[in-house]
Amino acid sequence: MITRSTPASRAAAIVALVLFAVLLAAPWWGATSTLRLLGEFMVYLALASLWNLLAGYTGLVSVGQQAFVGLGGYVLVALSMFTGLHPLIAVPIAGLVAVLLAMPVGKLVFRLQGAYFAIGTWVLAEVFRLVAAQVTVMGGGSGISLPATVLKTMAETKFWREAMIYWLALALGAGALALVYGLLRSRIGLALTAIRDSEIASASLGIKIDRVKYAVYVAVAGMTAMVGSLISLQKIRVSPDAAFSVNDWTAFVIFIVVIGGIGTIEGPIVGTIIYFLLREFLADLGSIYLMILGMLAIIIMLVAPKGIWGFITHRWNISLFPTGYRVNFKD
Amino acid sequence: MIWVNIIIQGILVGGLYALFAAGLSLIFGVMRLVNIAHGDFIVAAAFLAWVVVQATGLNPLLSLIIVVPLAMAFGYALQKWILNSTLGKDILPPLLVTFGLSVILQNGLLEVFTADSRKLNAGVIETASFPVLPGVAIGYLPLLQFIVAVAVIWGLQYLFYNTALGRAFRATSDDSETALLMGLDQRKVYAWAMALCMGVVAIAGVFLGVRSNFDPFMGPGRLIFGFEAVIIGGLGNLWGTLIGGVILGVSQAIGAQINPGWQVLAGHLVFLLVLAVRPKGLFPRIDG
Repeated sequence: MITRSTPASRAAAIVALVLFAVLLAAPWWGATSTLRLLGEFMVYLALASLWNLLAGYTGLVSVGQQAFVGLGGYVLVALSMFTGLHPLIAVPIAGLVAVLLAMPVGKLVFRLQGAYFAIGTWVLAEVFRLVAAQVTVMGGGSGISLPATVLKTMAETKFWREAMIYWLALALGAGALALVYGLLRSRIGLALTAIRDSEIASASLGIKIDRVKYAVYVAVAGMTAMVGSLISLQKIRVSPDAAFSVNDWTAFVIFIVVIGGIGTIEGPIVGTIIYFLLREFLADLGSIYLMILGMLAIIIMLVAPKGIWGFITHRWNISLFPTGYRVNFKD
Repeated sequence: MIWVNIIIQGILVGGLYALFAAGLSLIFGVMRLVNIAHGDFIVAAAFLAWVVVQATGLNPLLSLIIVVPLAMAFGYALQKWILNSTLGKDILPPLLVTFGLSVILQNGLLEVFTADSRKLNAGVIETASFPVLPGVAIGYLPLLQFIVAVAVIWGLQYLFYNTALGRAFRATSDDSETALLMGLDQRKVYAWAMALCMGVVAIAGVFLGVRSNFDPFMGPGRLIFGFEAVIIGGLGNLWGTLIGGVILGVSQAIGAQINPGWQVLAGHLVFLLVLAVRPKGLFPRIDG
């Protein structure tokens, strides 16, 4: 018998639904600090899932996703300041702007292969940062804060403002997961998995590798920019160095995915949980904490390249988000 | 006259960028590895030279006698113990491991040397210059830096095409399995390539430190300059890398003259322009 789901995945679906309901109600049971932490968790979950889709499935190792994070932030702040648009409406527009920009930009960086692609995306992110620093209406190099009037247009009370920003985070975190899961179960997902496993074999089966990769790059850029616009709402300001930070929006994300398990849907979830646990206990160490994170990522890459989740699936053959089919032999 | 001056200074800075790039080009040529931590190693070499200068009182340029061998030994060990086990068909492991190294190096340097910026003091040579045209003077230090860059690239080129080690590099690069059958242990060949790369990195680091202030977080920027020089010049062509460095230096100098905020941006834009018009760089190696 051929099935997609497993007992573990059916249980996971139920747990995920319950968890989602509990998280949805968080503004009523959680304090401001809890909401903030959960919101940040969702930001990293979304960024990690998106980067994993890019690097883990299509082999496009980008070190420049902060370009789109920063772009999203700047677009949201500019729109809500100069056009008076409701910030929540500015979020999808930021995504659209990023998609439109990623199309020509993608054509350019796709001329670079493999590792050179990685540094090429980084150069682009630097160009975005340096250009943002030249825009004087947005505060130039020192950046700009979202005026209180803009925040007032979101909701009158502090409770609803915080709740709205939190729900946006939850929507983007869960949305990124759903996007990756849905995509991987579709025809494109089959193509992506095939490309991940062997480019030559998938090309010979008629998969338009370059077109699939390009489409994923552009889609991920749009979604990443939406997360970026959320980040600007959470921080209530944008500045070139923070919004386009390679450490915050790419280095940590890469570590999360590598530690959790690259090329799996569950990996980024596991990685984000581990990242936040480590940060809770070790963040006081400052730069030593970052060194530990780097070393952990290197050790995992050398010892268990599929990360913690890869180790678990290999050991126990569990899949919480089944994308493939499995054959069960009945006695 | 002012533009002549700017272009000459840009060309001379280009020598430094070519030094950043030469090691990157070398290891990519031999083992298809792109070291994301390359720039951080350059900065680390500058700090190492700073320590040597503090301890011995040597001129930083003379400290190279100590810094280069140390860096080479480090490179050999790094390749042998860590990077060799990441090489394979998958490009992810080397990229992510060197990315991790980059973060470790930056924060390690920050922990040991704090965020203060430092400088290597090479004495009178730093400010001495000679006039070539009215209003145009060439500094001895930038000139020395450019001559060293040319010498390093000439030396690498000579080593590649005229020595047994160079033959081993080329053979392993072309077909590592056949090279292994001929008795070339690729792990050792790679380790030697990385040792050589780190030797060049050490020279680049010392010139970086003498030319300007440096701090633990300067690495990624140097990596990007080196990378741009490699791509502008064309992959696999060392003389092209030198020209790429010069083009980058001149673009930055012109950008800075127009608006100080555009210095780095102008270099990036020229790089993107080359990528758009000539994706293989201006002087690609002819294969086949």
